[in-house]
Amino acid sequence: MSEAFTTSTARNIFYGGTLFFLLVFLALTYQTEQSIPSRDRREMLADAKVVAGKKIWETNNCIGCHTLLGEGAYFAPELGNVVKRLGSEEAVKAFIKSRPPEGVPGRRSMPQFNFTDQQLDEIAAFLKYVSEINSAKWPPNIQG
Amino acid sequence: MQYKSQAVAKPYFVAAIALFVAQILFGLIMGLQYVWGDFLFPYIPFNVARMVHTNALIVWLLMGFMGATYYLIPEEAETELVSPKLALAMFWIFLVAAGLTVVGYLTVPYARLAAMTGNDLLPTMGREFLEQPTITKLGIVVVALAFLFNVTLTVLKGRKTAINTVLLIGLWGLAVLFLFSFVNPHNVVRDKFYWWWVVHLWVEGVWELVLGSILAFVLIKVTGVDREVIEKWLYVIITLTLVTGILGTGHHYYWIGTPEYWQLIGSIFSALEPIPFFAMTLFAFNMVNKRRREHPNKAATLWVLGTGVMAFLGAGVWGFLHTLSPVNYYTHGTQITAAHGHMAFYGAYVMVNLALISYAMPILRGRAANSNKSQVAEMWGFWLMTVSIVFITLFLTAAGILQVWLQRVSDNPLPFMVAQEQVSLFYWMREWTGVIFLIGLLVYIWSFFIPGEEKAA
Repeated sequence: MSEAFTTSTARNIFYGGTLFFLLVFLALTYQTEQSIPSRDRREMLADAKVVAGKKIWETNNCIGCHTLLGEGAYFAPELGNVVKRLGSEEAVKAFIKSRPPEGVPGRRSMPQFNFTDQQLDEIAAFLKYVSEINSAKWPPNIQG
Repeated sequence: MQYKSQAVAKPYFVAAIALFVAQILFGLIMGLQYVWGDFLFPYIPFNVARMVHTNALIVWLLMGFMGATYYLIPEEAETELVSPKLALAMFWIFLVAAGLTVVGYLTVPYARLAAMTGNDLLPTMGREFLEQPTITKLGIVVVALAFLFNVTLTVLKGRKTAINTVLLIGLWGLAVLFLFSFVNPHNVVRDKFYWWWVVHLWVEGVWELVLGSILAFVLIKVTGVDREVIEKWLYVIITLTLVTGILGTGHHYYWIGTPEYWQLIGSIFSALEPIPFFAMTLFAFNMVNKRRREHPNKAATLWVLGTGVMAFLGAGVWGFLHTLSPVNYYTHGTQITAAHGHMAFYGAYVMVNLALISYAMPILRGRAANSNKSQVAEMWGFWLMTVSIVFITLFLTAAGILQVWLQRVSDNPLPFMVAQEQVSLFYWMREWTGVIFLIGLLVYIWSFFIPGEEKAA
């Protein structure tokens, strides 16, 4: 690099450039926070079951096998649209309940979590809520 | 070793490599579960193996960064560490906390671990990579603060160079951004939005500053090129990193409920993210070509050049592959992402850690470089691991392309599990390549036990 371009010039460009793009990022964050209420279905969080369902989702590490809106592990199906894929919240609950505790020989199988009926309602309510978020038409089809 | 207190780096390096082994073993378990679904079920379900695999990786890379910092800060600042005792105490606290957390993952169902550790008081668990119990997270904050206090005061009382300044900015950024792991809104869109402030702004932001400064430090040492030249390169690289990487966060905001203008911003800026990695490749090769000395540690030079190439391929090229939103629409959340993750983490962060360890460890053990025999073994480790990760990445990419086609593009999209069975051949090939990777790692470790020549450091 040429002599005219000194280390202190490079340093100043670093500080200036970083600060500039950080501020742009923060401004976009503000804009995002302002505009997402029309997309994120936050009114559904008024239902205590949805909030409780998110906690069950977290404390059983569902993301350790599944994706949710495409984020997570790639070992088991996408769940952002699972209520639509299986057809109803009832079908989702039935699936979770039906898992054999010892697994399926040679195959991947979801663990049996022994959830109570109330917990199943909560998880299903949470997954229903996620399925209603406006995710810009992702996933491409119902298979997730 | 120029400063006595640099010795505190050694236990960090040893523990980092031990955790590296654990990471790979659990990776092999997971890889096998992909094709042998009930392997170890229900004792070690996939999600548990994955937590150990990813968390061990994160912790060992952080251990490596801390060790690297303790090693290079005294030399750069030309003064002893403020408190080597604090550094050692933090090492044990960090190691024990990490160990207990892994024991918790493996012995107790996750929901019970959450209950036992008081997750109800401040729920932070159960989000990808941030699965640690809240008390572990608090422990990490304490360790990070003590660490930053120690090294920052050392730099303040000593010489300030571009290398230690950039390193400190990176480490402070790392610690501050980790605080977002405590942000967990009920609203899934906002949860995901801020989750990326930890995950993306770490690996495609501040960690690159740490990477750049460690690379610059080792390059000065092994090539003898003027500091002035190397530091100028460092500033240029990290400018490119943050100018592209901060708004590049947008490539995670395509499909999670955030506004659709992120598709444009994310595509443009993340498409530029390979540039700083390419600059790193040029940097490493240019400096080595212009070297003014023949350092006896050839293995360290190999790791440095390897970092330059593999970080560009893994983070740069494989990142670009699926970062444009029209492409990502089809590839999001598939094995393509896994392919990129494996080569990017190895190429950038594993390799830079091993580069610094390769350079520093012989000196910490009282010699300028290891014996020729030891270096040859280390280089075998380098090639076995590096070639393995290239093939792991290629096999996962193949699996990913097929998965996208079968599940998302073809006229009759298949259900997830049906598509998975169709691509199992590639999972088998990935698993066997993983075994070679493990062999490479064992060869690498064996190289430490080959006696070194008695050359004074």
